[in-house]
Amino acid sequence: MSTHTSLQPDFEGDVVIAGGGLAGLTLALALHKAGLSVGVADGLPIDTQLEEIFDGRSSALAYTSFRMLDAVGAGVHLRPHTQRIEDILVVDGRPEDGVKAGGPGPFCLHFDRREIHPKDDGEPLGYMAENRHTRMALAKASEEAKLSVFAPDRALHMNAHASHADLHLASGKVLRAQVIIACDGKYSTLRDQAGIRTTGWSYGQSGLVCAVQHDQPHQGVAYEYFMPGGPFAILPLPGNRSSLVWTERTKAAEALQTMDIEPFHEALRARFGDFLGEVSLDSPRWCYPLGLKLAERFIDERLVLVGDAARAIHPIAGQGFNLGVRDGAALADILVEAKRTGLDLGSQPVLSRYERWRKTDSLALVAGTDLFTRLYSNDHSLIRLGRGLGMQMVDQIPLARRFFARTAGGETGDLPTLLRGEPLSV
Amino acid sequence: MAASIEPDTLSTPSIDPEEVAKFSAMAQEWWNPKSKFAPLHKFNPARLSYIRQVLCTHFKREGVDKPLSGLKLLDIGCGGGLVSEPMARLGADMTSVDAGEANIKTAMVHAEEAGLTIHYRHGTAEQILAEGGPEQFDCVLNLEVIEHVADPMRFLDDCAALVKPGGVMIVGSINRTARAFATAIFGAEYVLGWLPRGTHRFNKLVRPGEIEAGLKTAGFNVHTPVGVSYNPLKDSFFISGDSGVNYLMVAEKPARD
Repeated sequence: MSTHTSLQPDFEGDVVIAGGGLAGLTLALALHKAGLSVGVADGLPIDTQLEEIFDGRSSALAYTSFRMLDAVGAGVHLRPHTQRIEDILVVDGRPEDGVKAGGPGPFCLHFDRREIHPKDDGEPLGYMAENRHTRMALAKASEEAKLSVFAPDRALHMNAHASHADLHLASGKVLRAQVIIACDGKYSTLRDQAGIRTTGWSYGQSGLVCAVQHDQPHQGVAYEYFMPGGPFAILPLPGNRSSLVWTERTKAAEALQTMDIEPFHEALRARFGDFLGEVSLDSPRWCYPLGLKLAERFIDERLVLVGDAARAIHPIAGQGFNLGVRDGAALADILVEAKRTGLDLGSQPVLSRYERWRKTDSLALVAGTDLFTRLYSNDHSLIRLGRGLGMQMVDQIPLARRFFARTAGGETGDLPTLLRGEPLSV
Repeated sequence: MAASIEPDTLSTPSIDPEEVAKFSAMAQEWWNPKSKFAPLHKFNPARLSYIRQVLCTHFKREGVDKPLSGLKLLDIGCGGGLVSEPMARLGADMTSVDAGEANIKTAMVHAEEAGLTIHYRHGTAEQILAEGGPEQFDCVLNLEVIEHVADPMRFLDDCAALVKPGGVMIVGSINRTARAFATAIFGAEYVLGWLPRGTHRFNKLVRPGEIEAGLKTAGFNVHTPVGVSYNPLKDSFFISGDSGVNYLMVAEKPARD
């Protein structure tokens, strides 16, 4: 470690963020608005106009995540492009249980947002938005906030020093700050360079993701069917469209991705049922192996991991982006308080608070998701009966229903300021 | 924080180049949240937040960057600089004193590495007063030190004399109560092992009322103390109304008309 470095940085501030994806930009804006000086680098252009080919996928945004998007000035641009999720219907179904006809199986669980937010215009359980729209909304907010963005320019490596760290970009530019935040995704370069190992496993299952058109309106209802091959989720998009997450054994999922359109439509109708009328494919088909990847540490010298860099989680519960937002909201609380009290933002006492806070939350979620996957991707009759009775019980108890609805909305545990919908500043 | 033999004279020690590595290693220890200083790092955020709030209110400062600019602060018993460095980062003109030479050298090396300017002195409040005379500082920070000095009331008088009229003193210490004995001494030293045994001696602890009486005699307006309490669920400290164990007191020296 050297105290002084001769080269003059191209940016010098409190915080530098590597990776301007959804989690990275949301955090950058939150810190910037709170009064910290922030620089962001991303390998792709951060553009306010993006074609569908950029990323046609959609994500579920928990209502607490949307509060943070509102707080950073992106919510206003995104809201017109979102679909509110008013109800969630969880069905333990197999085709022969009647799902083929679109009806619920013998056991089902119904969450209604009016149970937790009763006003007519109250917060929904969540929002569905195409990722490109979320990115465009964040890009617009970044432009309005005059955020220091370095893109397209990829982060290559960082050096930690006694009083600061330098992030070196592909262009040769150097960004200097007290702390570097790695929001560079599942395959995080900065994490690997810091020697932080990951543990993980896969389930031998893959998720086929696509959008479909249907004749009948979905009324803002999200459906989650639990099938022997894995969950099958129908998530409402604006208009008469829905996003599908169709989980199967990997071979079957890959076959669904590559098969011709006619047999695919047949398979789709068999699984989807006809409760929304005629259904047809309305996007490319993406296929992702389901798996978990958890970093052994979330911090290193003047480095913090946020979002997928810290833990990548398969799309079963739609929690990937929400976890990244939650990481960011917690880190924003900690860094803003550190700035307010004059602490070194990159020092271990500050960073270890983030790790303590987020690791508990992550482990609980990872364990929960894992148990959930194993429990529900199972066709043993006793397990089916047990989970069915469990669902029935939750469905009968209003307090339990409200608890799970709030959990789905991310309103659990020690909630950071921005997820409570309160302002944050130094 | 441990009691030290007071130095004969006030000095700014020079550090032998051969010593730098040793003190740098000690600084790493001071700033490592998993070291024996862990309790201080858990304690620090709550008291820093309170100190900032008190100073910004008293001196009518606001804003994000360096709100304490132009204020002369004295940190008595500064240790490795856990309070001095944040105050310097907030813009304060810092003078920091400790009776332990190793502490001062450690703090000097760390401030140099952090790129902060802090006037570190090896010595005592009495010596600062003897050297520079009274009324030198806008604020005197008197934190977790009065319970370690030989003559607390005389020490308090010296600190009081150093505050400029219109300035403020912040005193932080441990109350002399049965509960403080149970938690801060027996709990922290013997059960949890957070602090070395013998760090605090019960009969050396000072009650807020005793400090209040001393400072009132010196002409200060003394505020009701606040508590610094521990939340075991969050494993962190917070400012509370309970001054029965750890407490912080604010005293203002009236401005001259």
